[in-house]
Amino acid sequence: METDGSHITGYKTYALIWGLLLLLTAATITVAQMHFTQYAVLISLVIASVKALLVLAFFMHLRYEGAFLKGVVFLAIIALTAIIGLTFVDVWYR
Amino acid sequence: METTKSRADEPGSGYEGAKLGMWFFLITELLFFGGMFLLYSVYRSKYSQDFHTAALEENLLLGSINTVILITSSFTMALSITAIRKGNKQLSSLLQAGTMLMGGIFLVNKYFEWSAKISHGIYPDSVLLLKRSSGEILFYGLYYVMTGIHALHVIIGIGVIGVMLFFTRREIINRESFVKLENTGLYWHFVDIIWIYLFPLFYLVT
Repeated sequence: METDGSHITGYKTYALIWGLLLLLTAATITVAQMHFTQYAVLISLVIASVKALLVLAFFMHLRYEGAFLKGVVFLAIIALTAIIGLTFVDVWYR
Repeated sequence: METTKSRADEPGSGYEGAKLGMWFFLITELLFFGGMFLLYSVYRSKYSQDFHTAALEENLLLGSINTVILITSSFTMALSITAIRKGNKQLSSLLQAGTMLMGGIFLVNKYFEWSAKISHGIYPDSVLLLKRSSGEILFYGLYYVMTGIHALHVIIGIGVIGVMLFFTRREIINRESFVKLENTGLYWHFVDIIWIYLFPLFYLVT
């Protein structure tokens, strides 16, 4: 795909993503009302991450960027996940 | 999906560098917020019952409305870039102004939310809050710091979009040269993503 900023996302694509984001917001509120206490955190974090991915890929245009930029962002997310994950290894097995 | 050639395609235009620089800045922002998310998750796992009790007191309706407002403002922000790239200065200006307006409404709701809490005596170091369990004190401490710093980002975002609106009117931002507006959009979407996580963590997961 173009990596030189020549790709213009159409109005309709953005409208579709906006609709999806609103649907996912409604879904996460509905699920929270059902009180799946045990999995509540997990489910809402999964839905939030899907929403974040949609924003990253389309609104932030990452889908149309080159491999280098994608890699840099991916690395940052992995780093944050590792920091949180490793902290929990310490917290749980202390 | 259409393709047009613009000044951004020419080598040495600084376009790629400007965007990469913005992404690097956003990564520092991600790790900055990441530290607070780390604190939240560790304390949540230690005091899950207290966090559960405290989150029940959050105003779910206001939180949901603000989520819809912020997502919609991200949508109009993205549209304003498409508009300017299609040469529609008028529409782009209108969409930028709309984004600023929604950012403003978000802050007004936040103001009502915070003042309701403060009038109930729930704020950092308040006598009433200090009487509660340590998990609830931590919950509210994190709530005020995280939503506060997020709101500060919204305020800065509104200011920067205001400058972009001025640039668009003056045609400093135009269909050929739009990386300033694109980078402002990246910042605004990032602030939206932070809220996408704050919303379930403080309002939903009870």
